[in-house]
Amino acid sequence: MFRLVPRKEPNRAMLYATPFLAVALTIVAGFLLFGALGKDPLHALFLIFLKPLTDFNSLAEMLVKATPLVLIATGLAIGFRAGVWNIGAEGQFTIGAITGGSVALAAYPDGGPLLLPLMAVAGALGGMAWAAIPAFLRTRFNASEILVSLMLVYVATLLLSFLVHGALRDPEGFNFPESRLFQEDAHVPALIPDTRAHIGFLVALFAVAAAYVYLERLILGFQVKVLGQAPRAARFAGYSEKRIVWTCFMISGALAGVAGLFEAAGPVGQLVPSLPVGYGFTAIIVAFLGRLHPVGILFAGLLMALTYIGGETAQIEMSLPSATTSVFQGMLLFFLLATDVLVNFRVARTAKPLATPSGAAPKLKPAE
Amino acid sequence: MTGTPILELRNITKTFPGVVANEDVSFSVGRGEIHALLGENGAGKSTLVKMIYGIQKPDSGEMTFMGEAFAPSKPSEARQKGVGMVFQHFCLFEALTVYENIALGLSAAEAKTGDLRQRIIDVSTTYGLKVDPDRLVGTLSVGERQRIEIVRCLLSEPKLLIMDEPTSVLTPQEVNVLFETLRRLASEGCSILYISHKLEEIRALCSKATVLRGGKLVGSCDPRRETAKSLAEMMIGATLNRPVRDLPEPGEIRLKVQELSMESDEQFGVDLENVTMAVRAGEILGIAGVAGNGQTELMEALIGERPCRFSRQIQLDGADIGQAGPRERRALGMCFAPEERLGHAAVPGMALWENTLLSAGRTNDLARRGLISPTNANRFALRVVDDLKVKTAGVKSAARSLSGGNLQKFIMGREIMQRPKVLIASQPTWGVDAGAAATIHRILLDLAREGAAVVIISQDLDELFTISTRISVIAGGYLFPSQPTGELTVESLGLAMGGRSKEIEAAKRADEAVAEPAHV
Repeated sequence: MFRLVPRKEPNRAMLYATPFLAVALTIVAGFLLFGALGKDPLHALFLIFLKPLTDFNSLAEMLVKATPLVLIATGLAIGFRAGVWNIGAEGQFTIGAITGGSVALAAYPDGGPLLLPLMAVAGALGGMAWAAIPAFLRTRFNASEILVSLMLVYVATLLLSFLVHGALRDPEGFNFPESRLFQEDAHVPALIPDTRAHIGFLVALFAVAAAYVYLERLILGFQVKVLGQAPRAARFAGYSEKRIVWTCFMISGALAGVAGLFEAAGPVGQLVPSLPVGYGFTAIIVAFLGRLHPVGILFAGLLMALTYIGGETAQIEMSLPSATTSVFQGMLLFFLLATDVLVNFRVARTAKPLATPSGAAPKLKPAE
Repeated sequence: MTGTPILELRNITKTFPGVVANEDVSFSVGRGEIHALLGENGAGKSTLVKMIYGIQKPDSGEMTFMGEAFAPSKPSEARQKGVGMVFQHFCLFEALTVYENIALGLSAAEAKTGDLRQRIIDVSTTYGLKVDPDRLVGTLSVGERQRIEIVRCLLSEPKLLIMDEPTSVLTPQEVNVLFETLRRLASEGCSILYISHKLEEIRALCSKATVLRGGKLVGSCDPRRETAKSLAEMMIGATLNRPVRDLPEPGEIRLKVQELSMESDEQFGVDLENVTMAVRAGEILGIAGVAGNGQTELMEALIGERPCRFSRQIQLDGADIGQAGPRERRALGMCFAPEERLGHAAVPGMALWENTLLSAGRTNDLARRGLISPTNANRFALRVVDDLKVKTAGVKSAARSLSGGNLQKFIMGREIMQRPKVLIASQPTWGVDAGAAATIHRILLDLAREGAAVVIISQDLDELFTISTRISVIAGGYLFPSQPTGELTVESLGLAMGGRSKEIEAAKRADEAVAEPAHV
């Protein structure tokens, strides 16, 4: 049989190589998968990983998808570093869209230069409020934040549905469960003219830079890392676990909320029940693929956006199943975690029952 | 009594990635001999006996046991040939009885021969190892648990018994009982390979000693004809200057703990009961005790990881700090070095320079307005490494990559170099080599001389007698009143360490009778 033995000092180079290795393994597995489906694997992989890079519009779409992924993953990564497992970013994303979008709808049809910043703040506050629930339950009652935050996702999704069927429904919308289209001033300005890429991406870049400074230069970020790696050492140093847990939830909630608002006020332009499409969950993959490091997350977010766009192209052009993108993302996380395990552990064979008779000792080399 | 050796090792070499654990080691153990294997931490003692017991295989070299070639590939094979081993850490199930534990540890064949219960009783009476086969292990003291392990070994009638640091968990009285048993075994022809770095014990017990240093054989000697100093010098390969305790008259009370009771939040933790103590400037208070008697809990309370019920329960220079957190206490001039290095005193995966931020951030300007200063932190870490001669590739190495002793030096240095008013250290030299231990002791004495109050929680009585001005004993979460070191003997401490409930009760009653803390 086999068992896993921890390595004393994981190879640093391998630690950074695993994301690339995971991508490579995903491509190999995808190759086999498409082959088994009877599709041309080379063409499929070309469509998924390379075609989007050759087309200007696809590149802009990549930024659209990468924006929420990077925003959310950056916040989550800070929490994950502290051992705070906020799995419910999808819910915080949805609530952020609701609160931010409500500001626009409340002001309708008025606008002004302050409207969008106000919406962003409202979105962030909404995400924070939603994240405050698991934060409170964990710090007060020691409830698992994994379960609480995850289940609140479904509450948030249903809340959105409830609101667009009722209070926020477009009065001139023929009873469709949608809000009004936001007024002009409530739209996130485009980053690249005539594409859907919006300035939310710049905000994401700023979040990445800020998270980098937070984690590498601030004592607050240091406290986060200490709590995640050695909770007893955090107590020894006198860092308050409660405060760190709250901070992590507030940061990740705010970023997820803002991401939700950008999605509603950007590419979608209104509140619809189908607004949450899983960015909050995919962002978990992005955070780990990026090694919980802000800069890594930026690249991982772009890669993940690529699989979204490429997956869609492949679905259309080769009539592949719509699950293709999910399968690819799942494989990516699987291979990443698997290679991670092998970097931190080595596989050892457990001792086999002794075959040699006890008298016949193996010949040993005499020492010189 | 010796004649042909029972165990002979020739040119044994064993390497692990990056380190040579044993290099070309040859020695032999005679029949009925109590043979000491002596060496500092990391000298390769453990690896050597693991090879004899079949846990590891030598890379090269050969062993003979009772005249035959001997290369056990697993412990059961070594046991079958007549090698028994008592480990430093016991593997016993607390929820099972002594009898059940012993039966589980034996092979099917061994367990079947005769009435096991009767054999346990026979062996334990023959060798003065009192154990009741029907007691639950969970209710036994550490010394009693060790007896179970020894009885388990003796049931298979070993020709060679290996004992790995057996006395580190025993009170002095229990040590004496153990030594009698071992002498008796030896007189009946069983050889004993005794691993330790406690020199006085080895001088009292062993007739031959093999000394290892850095994995190599340094030599062998008759420990009865050596002094502890000469043995230590063989071990470390340098002359050793023991620090002298020449402290001035104690000054004002710096640290005062009054009637501190605290329930443990761990399932098998120890509750602190009415702990009272006072330490003056220039004093070193030693707290002796067998592991697991409330030391960890006391340390946590002193660090401030768990606040006291009342703020006046801990006072620093007259100010109530019982409810202050660790950072506030540090700001007032307290420093702490807990026992557990990895995970408590240091973050394993972080670099040494980052680990300075845990406790020295404020005192050494390593962070300003929430912003880390890597330059200052690196400089401070370098100073610690240089001053205490910490062996490391650099201050960017992860704490985990240092050997236990070197990390301990780093942590002690990090705390001591903050020039604290009050320093509380648990097991300050545990796992540290003799040379470094002397350095740490000297620094602690310097600190006291400069007017700091020092508290040392330690299981090493030699250490406490060397540097403490007063010693008290912690047992079952209760702290006995302290007495000047000069008035104490190892025996009197040992009785208290044994945690005799009667004496604790008596001492508690005495405490309650006196309104004022009796031992200020």
